[in-house]
Parts: sequence; structure tokens; C-alpha cells
Amino acid sequence: MCLTCGCSDNARPMLTDLQSGQTQSLRAAHDHDHSHDHDHDHSHDHDHDHDHEIAPAVTQQRGRIIRLEQDMLAKNNLLAERNRGWLMERDILALNLISSPGAGKTTLLERTIRDFGSKLPISVIEGDQATLHDAERIQTAGSKVVQINTGTGCHLEADMTARALRQLDPPLHSVVMIENVGNLVCPALFDLGERAKVVIMSVTEGENKPVKYPHAFRASQVMILNKIDLLPYVNFNVDQCLGFAREVNPALRVFQVSATRGDGLLEWYAWLHGQSVYNEPL
Amino acid sequence: MHELAITQDIINVVCEHAQGTKIRRIVLEIGKLSAVLPDAVRFCFELCAEGTAAEGAELEIIEPSGLARCRICDNHVTLDRPIGRCSCGSTDLEWISGEELKIKELEVA
Repeated sequence: MCLTCGCSDNARPMLTDLQSGQTQSLRAAHDHDHSHDHDHDHSHDHDHDHDHEIAPAVTQQRGRIIRLEQDMLAKNNLLAERNRGWLMERDILALNLISSPGAGKTTLLERTIRDFGSKLPISVIEGDQATLHDAERIQTAGSKVVQINTGTGCHLEADMTARALRQLDPPLHSVVMIENVGNLVCPALFDLGERAKVVIMSVTEGENKPVKYPHAFRASQVMILNKIDLLPYVNFNVDQCLGFAREVNPALRVFQVSATRGDGLLEWYAWLHGQSVYNEPL
Repeated sequence: MHELAITQDIINVVCEHAQGTKIRRIVLEIGKLSAVLPDAVRFCFELCAEGTAAEGAELEIIEPSGLARCRICDNHVTLDRPIGRCSCGSTDLEWISGEELKIKELEVA
């Protein structure tokens, strides 16, 4: 493992195009060459007296201050805005789907593609740490798809999305679904250039997910409560869950669905259609 | 562990600005309402800085508290986590501060 950044060869993100079967690395192996020779002679005179409670062993002169005031996420945010521009000029609605593993993101996508794909072309960017399983399911459902394997990474970033979008080459006036890595923590922080984040949770999880993972629910514009066909069999209070969700994000748009049985999906499709026709910020 | 990716970016940015000069101190601002844990950044920092101009640098993290304005009654509400309620009962809060994620400054030799 590279100690400079914790990366390793097999941990680098990879992109696989399911149409061509080709795989490429998303980030070049970097060489860590940090040999800089600089001679710096600084002399500072400090004539004033200091009272130190504990006398320092070595009197250290103050160095030169470089003020940056730079956003830590500046690089990602810049690339995300470029993606947003790329998508807007092609009239493509991109949604960033986030959830914990097993909430039903892929099943919801499969069903949406089968029911709604004929009305509006849907292409998919799949994000997982490993395997092409989800991308294969999406391909079988009938969509163009590329798979990003993040290796040890826990979320997608804007640079990976940029490469994936160009490889995917989605048609004009269409929808791109970006299925993020199953994780309710890290994806909340990274803008990919999407129009909206859609957080998905299921009734087999606790009602308190929104308050336990507030960043994900706050960063999202839409929440899909999935697997409502299981409500008779699980101890889940829908009203309490939605109360928690609104506490974190009063503006959250909520759809209650069962991606397997089909409950509530018409409302979700209507929203999707509305968003894709009226290409304006939410 | 998104802090690892973020810390790596911080190291890249500060090393670029230091232009090879040894970095003595880095000052970050991580707001209490941001989704970044200062302790996780501190943990990743040593590993990420190894072999770079930032190796051995002191890491100072300022943690601004959260402050919000209630959209219903206009009162100010202090927040120490990303959930809160105004004394009027509303949860419709506009965050004013606490989401800062900044590389403030660095001190080079």
C-alpha cells in the first residue's frame, strides 16, 4: 500500500463498460516523487519578550504564513459543476441514488427501466466496491450501463462520474441514474453533478434512519421508502419514520413504494417524467 | 471513511502551495454540522503526509459551532448536530454557520 495516500493497485477505481466488456482504470497510478531542493534563508528578529509558562527547549522562529481559505471539496465541486453543464446541454436528468446496502436501489432501477424505459431512455452508472453483478442486472433489464468499482472507496466522486458519463454516452433528452455505493454516510458529501440526490430506505430498516444519518437525508431532495409490501410482517411505524425525515429535511419529497409488487410506483414515474420534461433546478 | 479522500486532497493542495518548502503547521476549519469528523482527519493526516512536505506538520482544526435561523419565527438557534428544533417548535431551519470545510492557512519554514 502506498503510504502517501493509502492507495494500492487493486484498490484503484475501475470502470467497466457492459456494452463492450472493456475495463479501464479510472485513476492513474501516481508516482510519489517529492524531492524538492530549496534553500531558504529566513531570518526573523523577535525583540519582544515572551513569558512562557514552560520554557521551550528550542526557540522556534515563526514561519511564513500562506493564507488559502480554500474549500476542501473545491476540486470535486468544480468537476461536479462541469458534469452538470455537460448534462444540461444534453437535456439529461441525472439522479444520484444513495442508500444503505440492501435498501433496494437496484431492484427499484430494474423495475423503473422495465416499466418506464420505453417512455424515456434510462442509462445507468453503477457504483460498487466490487463485482459487475448490479450492472449485469441493469443490462438484463434493458438499459445501457457502466459499472464503477471503487475498490476500497466508499463513495463515487465527480471525476469518476465524468469518465463514466463519457463512456456511457447517454442519448440526448434522457435520464441517467447514478447508483452510488451502498453507504448512507460518505456519498452525502460528494456532489457528482446530479440534479437531485434520491435517498432510498426500506421498511426493514429502523424508523430512525433519517435522524441517525441526517446528512444523507438533508442532502437529498427525494426520499423513497421501499418494500412497503412487507409492512404487515415487520415492526415499522411509517408515520414516525416520515416525522424523523421531515425533522431533518422539511422539504423532502417522499414516495412510498414496493419495487417488487409495484405499489406507489406510478407517483414516482410521474415525478420522474415531470423532472425530465421541465429541466429546471428542483 | 470519506475523510481519507478529503485528507489526501488537503495534502495535495497544501504541498502545491508550499512549493517544496517544509510545512510546519496547517490550519483547517471543519464545522460541527459538516459531515466530516475532525478526529478521522487527524487519523488520516499522518499517513497521508508521510513522505511529503507536510510530514511532521502540526495540524490545527478550528470547529465552528452550528447556527441556524428559523424560517417560521426568524429566531436564531444554536446547533451542535445536524438536527434541531426552534423554541417555536419548527424544524424548518436555515443553516447560517457550522458547515465550513476549509483549508484556512499554512505556515511554512
